[in-house]
Amino acid sequence: MIKVQQKDFDYSHEVAALSEGNHGVGAVCAFSGLVRDFAGDKYINTMDLEHYPGMTEKCLAGIEAEAHNRWPLEKTLIIHRYGRLEPGEQIVLVAVSSAHRDAAFDACRFLIDFIKTKAPFWKLECMGGGSKWVTAKGTDTQACDRWLSDYKKG
Amino acid sequence: MKILYFSWVRDRVGLGNEDVVLPENVTTIEQLVNLLKSQGDGYTHAFSDLSIIRAAVNHEHVKLDHTICENDEVAFFPPVTGG
Repeated sequence: MIKVQQKDFDYSHEVAALSEGNHGVGAVCAFSGLVRDFAGDKYINTMDLEHYPGMTEKCLAGIEAEAHNRWPLEKTLIIHRYGRLEPGEQIVLVAVSSAHRDAAFDACRFLIDFIKTKAPFWKLECMGGGSKWVTAKGTDTQACDRWLSDYKKG
Repeated sequence: MKILYFSWVRDRVGLGNEDVVLPENVTTIEQLVNLLKSQGDGYTHAFSDLSIIRAAVNHEHVKLDHTICENDEVAFFPPVTGG
């Protein structure tokens, strides 16, 4: 399931729903990303998250479908927020349920790695005296590429 | 053709989106970028380093040599930073 929304979400409720009524689920793995209050030595007041409506949903659905192709999963959930967020707020939730833990761990990591390098979101950090667009990190691309090279081998 | 700009590409261009009539000799994203760069300083600034420009056609990531046509929706943006 894909949710792209401005409003906050209830982490416990969302993660519990992945195994509710399904006793074939033996493992649930979840990752949530939060707004930090710092960037380097600067204090962050707010973060503005922009996205490309239409492409975002399509891209996330493609990533979710790819996770189901690669691992035996019961349910998957991606929630990504946009708009103005404050330090401590939840940005993203990725959660996966499966019969066994290996698939749950790997698929969860795969989802967030792909979201970070493919989904059309951009973060603007607002700090005292101005704002700055976050620059993409090479380490995120490497994390994503790892799955691509695994895929070619696989 | 509808063109959208996001993040600092939009800030530099000074527009969120615009409609452009595609000349016959413009058939790829790269050629479109060159056309846009001739439209003013904001565009020139936005597209000064193509290694940090990403493009999408009809909501799919594409490379700069991707072929385009009049009915496509094209978007330009920096490498994504979500998650």
